[in-house]
Amino acid sequence: MAAKPKVATASLAGCFGCHMSILDIDERILDLIELIDFDKSPIDDLKEFTGRCAIGLIEGGCCNEENVRNLIEFRKHCDLLISVGECAICGGIPALRNTLPLQECFDEAYKHGPTVYNPSGQYPNDPDLPLILNKVYPCHEVVKIDYHLQGCPPSADTIWAALTALLTGKPVQLPYELIKYD
Amino acid sequence: MSAQGAAHIKAICKAAGNDPARLMDIAIAVQKQLGAVSDTAIDLIATHLKIPRVDVDSLVTFYAFFSKTPKGRVIIRLCNDVVDQMNGAAEVAAALETELGIRFGETSPDGAISLEYAPCIGLSDQAPAALINDVPVTHLDSGKARHLAQLLKREGTQARLVKTFGDGNNAHDLIRSMVVNNIRETGPVILAPYTSGSGLKKALALSPAEVIRDIKTSRLRGRGGAGFPTGMKWDFTRQAGGDQRFIICNADEGEPGTFKDRVLMTECPDLIFEGMTIAGYAVGAAEGIFYLRAEYAYLEKFLTAILTQRRKAGQLGQTICGKAGFHFDIRLQMGAGAYVCGEETALISSCEGRRGDPKNRPPFPAQKGYKGCPTSVNNAETLCCVARILECGPGWFAAMGTKGSAGTKLLSISGDCARPGVYEVPFGVKVSDLLKKVGADHTAAIQVGGPSGRMIGPKEFNRIICYDDLSTGGSFILFNKGRNVVDIARQFMDFFVEESCGYCTPCRVGNVLLRNKLVEILAGHGALEDLAYLEELGRTTKLASRCGLGQTSPNPVLSTLENFRPAYEALFKKSRGHEPVLANFDLQAALSQGSILAGRASSIFTPVNGSQP
Ligand SMILES: Cc1cc2nc3c(=O)[nH]c(=O)nc-3n(C[C@H](O)[C@H](O)[C@H](O)COP(=O)(O)O)c2cc1C
Ligand code: SF4
Ligand code: SF4
Repeated sequence: MAAKPKVATASLAGCFGCHMSILDIDERILDLIELIDFDKSPIDDLKEFTGRCAIGLIEGGCCNEENVRNLIEFRKHCDLLISVGECAICGGIPALRNTLPLQECFDEAYKHGPTVYNPSGQYPNDPDLPLILNKVYPCHEVVKIDYHLQGCPPSADTIWAALTALLTGKPVQLPYELIKYD
Repeated sequence: MSAQGAAHIKAICKAAGNDPARLMDIAIAVQKQLGAVSDTAIDLIATHLKIPRVDVDSLVTFYAFFSKTPKGRVIIRLCNDVVDQMNGAAEVAAALETELGIRFGETSPDGAISLEYAPCIGLSDQAPAALINDVPVTHLDSGKARHLAQLLKREGTQARLVKTFGDGNNAHDLIRSMVVNNIRETGPVILAPYTSGSGLKKALALSPAEVIRDIKTSRLRGRGGAGFPTGMKWDFTRQAGGDQRFIICNADEGEPGTFKDRVLMTECPDLIFEGMTIAGYAVGAAEGIFYLRAEYAYLEKFLTAILTQRRKAGQLGQTICGKAGFHFDIRLQMGAGAYVCGEETALISSCEGRRGDPKNRPPFPAQKGYKGCPTSVNNAETLCCVARILECGPGWFAAMGTKGSAGTKLLSISGDCARPGVYEVPFGVKVSDLLKKVGADHTAAIQVGGPSGRMIGPKEFNRIICYDDLSTGGSFILFNKGRNVVDIARQFMDFFVEESCGYCTPCRVGNVLLRNKLVEILAGHGALEDLAYLEELGRTTKLASRCGLGQTSPNPVLSTLENFRPAYEALFKKSRGHEPVLANFDLQAALSQGSILAGRASSIFTPVNGSQP
């Protein structure tokens, strides 16, 4: 039997809600693993790519350099890259800070916020901490993205419909109920 | 507000009959009298007119010529359209700023002078130009600009600014302007001698249905851009129900690079008004509205005087030229600086005393226009043709031009050429022949029909000016080799971003995205895939926009992409070996604040030659 196509997933500047929605396909996950193997993904906790992937699912936009590096890796390893959810597509809640200079965000978060206790007034700055980007970028402003799945998060049915269509080479058809948000 | 100010407002409202439909006139008068239409003024106007405050507020905030906070007693509006930029508007701007000690968008601390930019003021043939309150000044350079600023500082008024007058009626006592006509070529129809009343008398000898038949036989089509058959429009208007109908003359002429109506109003106002009167007779209207853009306010007194003269001569008013039962008069409606008001439904909104919001079509104005009544909106040039057709006969007119495009067309020529100005040419002229006529030897690109039209390159210079081939409202902006067509498209997009009424998302957002992408590409952050993005976004914006503005605004981008793709490609930097990051994502720039705050450089991405990851 030919090797199954691989799917990788990542959560960048997201809340993991989109990943919860992937898991929300419930027992269909059994059908899914008939079709695919998971590669680098929080779902199987694989930290590095093991090979070429058919599909990469990206949750969240890029708020720091680590996100950018991760996204570049995904672009390099995946045939199709899909932005999943509002944060990946538009920046989402994290991008609310885009209207403020970074310094103001830091000051509020680490110095002046009502619950902050920080007598030394330092910002966290361990060398292991990735640098923060001036603003939060949607994924398609950093690398080429092939598809966008809207929603916050997109419903499990939407993700399922998109994945199965792509994996079986059929056109992606999302009925109105799956792309209606009120 | 002072008691005196409040009294002024009360008097202004009263003079307009406290009629909400006259809100434009009221706001214009208040702005002029008090230097602003403040929040208090808005309250008072709303009270006098018995309308919701928001109606007044939304009107005041819509038009460029109104302001809530006081501007200078003298407002300098420097035109910054493409042609003015090409002719040194930047140096003029710098000289004004230095001499006045204020920047654009500011008012001098003593409240004497404000400095602003205006998109096209209808003087591209004598650029760079500016309006000093109502007074146009032309052919500026930095020396003249300094001189101008000194004079305005010294005298505090534009009253003694103009020393020499332009040709023809520009020197008329009621105009006294330095603007010149630049009529380079006259033709048999419009820029030809005309005896006032001759067309009208012939029209009144016919029945209204016969007049419409004659206009149909002449095959006259609208000269405002869309080219709709005028006779048919009148027929629809006449046959629509109701007992009140209106004629509107569109003299808004806001399309950058278009200025032929300016010349018509200066030299042939009788012809226009006569055309309106004939139109009124044909469709059964008793009232006509002449909508004049604010930038042409310097012609207002003159035009008003011509109207008065026509009333005295029995060519307007009751029982016109002795024709029992035919009563028709014309009211002048001033605009207040909004390009979209040239769109006929927006123009009607504006005449009704509202924001210049376009309306859904259908119903078309011919069915339901001004105040809900059937209305025919016609361009000033169209109406000139009407008067001449009645005078000389439809056969005479139809014999000129080409099969599908009868008569002559006024062209507004500007940009890189020896003889910019107005040309009356028969339809059927080849673009290359036109270029010879105007003294343009090195033309590399032509913007046909203004920003909403198309940018064409040499391979289309053999096309023919007529409705069936190269259709246009008449504006040709010429560009020589060496001009940056992508930057020109960007400037046109700036214009549309500014002028979109904002009602519908495709236009309000789409134009901004198109413009921003052009800015990125011009900054060297473009990539090949951006071109597909521009094309798709442009098409979507056109498809999904509600009115003609958004349905045409992506044209500068789409037509330059079609005809000047290499100009875009030349702006793409070679890939810096950092695939797959997109060319327009500048990682080092994105990390700049973060690394300052952390006091260290990125350990993940070390800059390659100071560039990308
Ligand atoms: C954004 C926009 C601006 C316009 N500006 C003008 C204008 O300044 N003058 C004009 O005559 N028509 C203008 N038009 C076209 C008018 O809507 C209308 O078609 C025209 O006045 C009809 O007159 P015509 O049939 O004599 O050409 C504009 C249209 C759009 C969409
Ligand atoms: S799109 Fe919604 S669910 Fe998904 S990561 Fe963002 S906030 Fe969470
Ligand atoms: S297309 Fe633009 S100008 Fe026209 S209604 Fe929409 S937003 Fe307004």
